[in-house]
Amino acid sequence: MKALKTFKLGGIHPQEYKISADKPIEVLPIPKTVNIPVAQNLGAPSKVVVKKGEQVKTGQLIAKGEAFISANVHASVSGKVKKVDEVLDTSGYKRLAVTIQSEGDEWEEDIDTSEEIKKEITASQQEIIDKIQEKGVVGLGGATFPSHVKLKVPEGKTAEYLIINGVECEPFLTSDHRLMVEKGEELMVGIELLKKGLGVEKVLIGIENNKPDAIKYLSEVASQYENIEVQPLKVKYPQGGEKQLIKALLGREVPSGKLPIEVGCVVNNVGTAYAVYEAVQKNKPLVDRVVTVTGKNLEKPCNLQVRIGTPVQDLIDKAGGLPEDTGKVVNGGPMMGKALTSLEAPIVKGTSGVIVFPKGEATRVTQKTCIRCGKCVEACPMGLEPFYLAQLAEKELWDRAEENLIMDCIECGSCHYTCPSGRPLLDYIRVGKPNVGQMIKNRGN
Amino acid sequence: MEEVVIYAVVSMAGLGTAAAVILYFIARKFKVIEDPRIDEVEEALPAANCGGCGLAGCRAFAEAIVKNETLEGMNCPVGGNEVMEEIAGIMGLEAEKQEPYVAVVRCNGSKTNAPQKVLYDGPNTCQFAHALSAGESGCPNGCLGCGDCEESCDFDAIHMNPLTGLPEVVEENCTACNACVEACPRDIIELRPQGKKGKRIYISCVNTEKGGPAKKHCEVACIGCGKCVTACPFDAITMENNLAYIDPKKCKLCRLCVPICPTNAILEDNFPEMSEKIVEKAKENLKKQTAKKKEAAKATAEKKEAATAGAAKVTKTTKTDDKNTQKGSSGQQSNSDNKDAPDSSRSKDNEG
Repeated sequence: MKALKTFKLGGIHPQEYKISADKPIEVLPIPKTVNIPVAQNLGAPSKVVVKKGEQVKTGQLIAKGEAFISANVHASVSGKVKKVDEVLDTSGYKRLAVTIQSEGDEWEEDIDTSEEIKKEITASQQEIIDKIQEKGVVGLGGATFPSHVKLKVPEGKTAEYLIINGVECEPFLTSDHRLMVEKGEELMVGIELLKKGLGVEKVLIGIENNKPDAIKYLSEVASQYENIEVQPLKVKYPQGGEKQLIKALLGREVPSGKLPIEVGCVVNNVGTAYAVYEAVQKNKPLVDRVVTVTGKNLEKPCNLQVRIGTPVQDLIDKAGGLPEDTGKVVNGGPMMGKALTSLEAPIVKGTSGVIVFPKGEATRVTQKTCIRCGKCVEACPMGLEPFYLAQLAEKELWDRAEENLIMDCIECGSCHYTCPSGRPLLDYIRVGKPNVGQMIKNRGN
Repeated sequence: MEEVVIYAVVSMAGLGTAAAVILYFIARKFKVIEDPRIDEVEEALPAANCGGCGLAGCRAFAEAIVKNETLEGMNCPVGGNEVMEEIAGIMGLEAEKQEPYVAVVRCNGSKTNAPQKVLYDGPNTCQFAHALSAGESGCPNGCLGCGDCEESCDFDAIHMNPLTGLPEVVEENCTACNACVEACPRDIIELRPQGKKGKRIYISCVNTEKGGPAKKHCEVACIGCGKCVTACPFDAITMENNLAYIDPKKCKLCRLCVPICPTNAILEDNFPEMSEKIVEKAKENLKKQTAKKKEAAKATAEKKEAATAGAAKVTKTTKTDDKNTQKGSSGQQSNSDNKDAPDSSRSKDNEG
């Protein structure tokens, strides 16, 4: 048997805890009110185009992305705009959001809400890109990079491969897994659309070996199409990072500070491919996504199809309510996610999971001094020296942090995970990165 | 044997003399003529090297004064007027009298006023806490309580109080060097004029949220009701982003705004205890000012009407007038409640 592919440098293997892997996707009932943050994507925030008191339909544009890297935002329920004001986001800070009081679920007329799978692709390359932009599709892997920008290959570069990321390397999360198993047919159409939009021939779907049912099913479906190959991968975190995935699948290394297009690749998440299918074939904007609600003590861990803007509380209620000994509720995966400060915080386009941790597991170990064991250096998938970067960030030596490539950090948290001294290495680096980014920006001006 | 000793001594003496001669001429050749006043001025300075003057240490400050031959815009906050006068004597110039400043902590979100709602267990510095979370009370503007200001202080003038979780300024030690102001990631600490006999009145809140959420995070938050703005007879208080601010230059320390604040967000330092009389006076003043400002608004509205004759605009202004009066009357009701409410920090200041 041939050894499974994976990336070489660094990486860890945390316990998987894919508790909700066999739970089919359920549709969460429409919430009473939704808070839809305006800035849901990487890049510039969008401009609100609705007023207080206005009646909106599901799928109606409520905020328009005007900058190059920005995305449209659509109403996820129909009803009345209650207010356009700042609400607390997942980390407790205020962000501009549109609050809609839902009154039923009346969709815009031109949206196809039927279950029927539409396989025939009629749109041209430019039409596909325009549709993706119009419908506000962003990368659903978590980074929320606007998808239409990814499809516009910069001049002088050529895309060779389209890589579909079905790795889902974070422990606990199963939303992509369920999507692959349940919506394989639609997914393939989405991939075909991305392929056409990008103008590439070859497609690779990377899936970790702990999802054998997804690998089997998608291989079957992919055999009907040309040049789509499903590639099983060894289980290793953070294989879902695009640079790691390219390394694992093709052995190519993306140079420091560059995008994957530099080595002829464009990476998209399976969730994004599904959203592209809905946007182009069904004319449906990105108004819902699959979210994993899980946790060891949760009564009913599940995968839910949720409207954007739904409060986290609704999801937890659906999963059987908050257990008594809850210590933290984390938004996203356990490795990269952030603890929520309030259960009123809305689900956004980038939310892949909501994980409930019991008290014992949610507290940090006391921070001790660095013993120079080098475990973090071994674990870093980007080949950085996390202990050193953390020290530089602590001492606010931003220029030296930049020299040591702090901006290359993908914030996977592997260093933090391995540290025997319990040092919050990722926290330090996360504070350092925006400071260094600001410094570089100021210098540019 | 003797010869060797003599040779050694003579050659060493010769070498030494030659080196001395060379060094002497080099020193003459490359001598830097420095104004002796630089040393004198530096001597007069407190040698704290805190950077409070905006320059890199006391030597740089002395050099700048001697080089520019002026004291304009130069002030050593640590030495104060005394030192500046001494320097003026050395330089033969006249020193400007600077009002002494003091650091003021504009947050009263203690553990009782703003109870903990979430847990932050990251690195224990304010800078990191600010970057990674909104703070344990949920207030996005309030004190994080990790003590970056205490660490930044070279003069032992600011300390974290473990009971309240807030920093407290030791007035006698504070030199207004600005270090804590820069250390605070949330701009909570402000340098304010020390005031006559250390008396000063300020809004002890920097929360820019609207009334509801602000009050939810903290009992003593400024809710932006605007009562103090109306009440101030000297127009010293301005309202921006749901947050009132008292301009220390305009404030006449009349205390009339203090008792009418519905959340006790206005604090006063070094005043005698609030008497019934002042409270009564403040209430009456609020009534008077409300009526006065209402009339003024009416007059401007009428003027506008005469000027533009735009019907829509007039209705708008009269509507806001109605609102003002409603605010005024509801304010008086809540006054009686606030009078009895104990205010720990205020009484503490009185003792000191």
